[in-house]
Amino acid sequence: MNAIEVRDLVKTYGSGETAVHALKHIDMDVAEGELLMLMGASGSGKTTLVSIIGCILSATSGSCKIHGVETVGLAQSRLPKIRLDNIGFIFQAFNLFPALTAQENVEIALDLKGVRGSSAKARAAELLERVGLGEKLRTYPADLSGGQKQRVAIARSLAGEPRIILADEPTAALDSVSGRVVMDLLQELAREQGRAIVVVTHDNRIFDYADRIVHIEDGRITNSVAGNMPMENPRAMQASTRIKRES
Amino acid sequence: MASLAIKNLFHEKVRLVVTLTGIVFSIILTAVQLGIFLGFIDASTDLIGNSRADLWIVSRGITHVEQGVAFPESKLYEVRAVEGVESARKHLVSLGAQAKKPDGSDEGVTMVGFDLDGGMGGPWNITQGSVQDLEQPDAVMVDELYAENKLGVTHIGQVIEVNARRARVVGFTRGVRIFTSQPAIFTSFKNGLSYLNLKEDQSYYIVVRAAESVDLQELKTRIGEKLTDVEVLTRDELVFRQGVYWIFGTGAGITVLVAAVLAIIVGVVIVAQTIYAATVDHIREYGTLKAMGATNGYLYRIIITQAVLSGLIAYVIGIVVSLAISRVSLEGTLAIIVNWRLAVALFLLTIAMCCTASIVAIRKATSIDPAMVFRG
Repeated sequence: MNAIEVRDLVKTYGSGETAVHALKHIDMDVAEGELLMLMGASGSGKTTLVSIIGCILSATSGSCKIHGVETVGLAQSRLPKIRLDNIGFIFQAFNLFPALTAQENVEIALDLKGVRGSSAKARAAELLERVGLGEKLRTYPADLSGGQKQRVAIARSLAGEPRIILADEPTAALDSVSGRVVMDLLQELAREQGRAIVVVTHDNRIFDYADRIVHIEDGRITNSVAGNMPMENPRAMQASTRIKRES
Repeated sequence: MASLAIKNLFHEKVRLVVTLTGIVFSIILTAVQLGIFLGFIDASTDLIGNSRADLWIVSRGITHVEQGVAFPESKLYEVRAVEGVESARKHLVSLGAQAKKPDGSDEGVTMVGFDLDGGMGGPWNITQGSVQDLEQPDAVMVDELYAENKLGVTHIGQVIEVNARRARVVGFTRGVRIFTSQPAIFTSFKNGLSYLNLKEDQSYYIVVRAAESVDLQELKTRIGEKLTDVEVLTRDELVFRQGVYWIFGTGAGITVLVAAVLAIIVGVVIVAQTIYAATVDHIREYGTLKAMGATNGYLYRIIITQAVLSGLIAYVIGIVVSLAISRVSLEGTLAIIVNWRLAVALFLLTIAMCCTASIVAIRKATSIDPAMVFRG
C-alpha cells in the first residue's frame, strides 16, 4: 500500500504575471517501507513538495493522499491532527528545543499526543534508548554533538508512531560517520518497521541508502531511478513505476 | 506544555533579565506618573475631601474653593432652618494671605478658618497640639512638611506674621499637602476673619452636616430652593469641580495629566515591544511544534503562559519598587500615591498588555512559512 500518493499536484504563489509556479503537475507515490530521496537544486520545489505532503502548506490543485486520506482542500483546522497521527519530521537544523533536555524534547512530542507524566518519561527514555542515547536523557541539546542531536530529533519524530517520516537534509550538518549512523536508523525504520521515509538531500554520501531517488527541477519531476532497492520490498518497486517522467 | 513555557522563560537568563527589565521599567514609570497624578488630585482636593462636611454652600459660579467670595452670614441661619440639617457652620478657605518668615521674606499661604465646635473643615493628621488649642487668640496650626522650609517654623509656640498679624503656632499636622505649595494654615473661623480682613458677618462658605439617614440630594435641593446667589454642592461634587479646575484649568494640572497619559502609552509600548520580541525569539520553536502537529490553541497556551509569567514576575518587582518610591515620597511635599486601586489597575494592564502583545506575536507563529521550519 502506498503511504503517500501525489497526483497532478500544483502549487502556485501569487497570481497573474507575477505568479510563481513552484510545483507543476507532480505525480509521485511513496510506498510503505520505502526510503525515497528527493533531490534537486535550491528553489526546485523540494521543500514545497515536502511541505504539502507534510500538511504544512496547501496545494493550489491536485491531490495528495496520506494513507488514503485526501489532504488537498482539507480545512486548515484538520491538518494538525493528520500531521500528528501520520507524519514525523526531521530537520536539517535539528530544531530541538534548547531549554529542554533530550528526554523532554521527546516528551513534548508525546505531550502533543496526550501522553504525559511517568508514562511519557518512560516512553521518551525508551525511544532515546532505541537511537542509542540512553545515557543522554538529561543532557541539553547544547551539550550534544550534531549526530546526537539528530538522533534525538529522530526519537522525537517517532514519539507519535508516525507511518511517514519526512526528513529535510538530515545529514547536511553532520560528519560522515554521524551521517551514516542517522541514515542507518532511518533505513531501519523503513525496512524493519515499514515506515515510508522521504529524505530531501544533496548529500551524495548517503545515496546508497535510497530505495529510489527522485530528481525535481523547476517544479517538475525530471528523473526517478531505483537506488539500493531491496528485492524484499516489491511494493516500493511498484510505486516507482508510477512516476511519470516529464520533459 | 507548561513545562516548555516555563523552561523557555528561565533557560536564557540574559534574555529573561532583558524582558523583565523592560516590563519592570514600564510598571515603575506608569506607577510613578499615575501616582504623581493621584497625589496632585489629592493635594488639590483634600481640603474638601477631608472636611467631613456633607454639603458645601458656595458663591455661585466659583470654580475652586481657594477662589472664595464672601456672602452674608444671614444665609447660615436660613440653612440651619432647613429640615434635615444637623449642623451648619461658616468656613473660610483662601489663598489671599501672606506669611512673613523669620528671615523677613514673604510666603503665600492657604488660610483655612473653621468653626472649632463644628467638627467640619478642620485639620487632620494632627501630630502635635489639638483643635482646642486653636481657641487661643492668634493660634494657628501648620503642616510639618512645609513648616520649616516654607514658614521657618521649627517648634510649637513660635510666632510668625500672617497678613501683618501675629500668628502663634500651637500645633502641627503631617501630610496636609497643598498642590500650589502654599501651605495650609488652620485657624479658628474668628481668627480667619481677622487674617483675611473680612467683616464679622461674612463667610466664604457654609459647610453642612446632614442629619442621619437624610437623602443628601433631597437636602441639597431643599437648601437650594431657599437660598439665592449661592450653589449647594455635595462634598463629592465640589471635589470633582475642584479637581477639574486644577487639572484642566491650569498649566500645572494639564502637565501632570499629559505626563501620566504619556507614561501609560510609553509603558504599554515598552511592554508590548518586550513581550513581542521575547515571543518572536522563539518563533522557530513554535514553527517546529506546529509541524509536529501542535494546534494553534496549543501554541497560544504556551505563548500566553510565558507572557503571563513574565508579566507576573515583573509586576511583583515593579510594584514593590513603586511602593517603596511612594513611601519615600510621602516624607516630602510631592506625594506619589500608589494605592491598591492603582496597583490592581496596573496589574490588569500589565497582564492584558503581555497577553495582547504575545497574541500579536502568535500570529507570526501560526502563519509561519514552512520553508522557515525546514531550512537551517
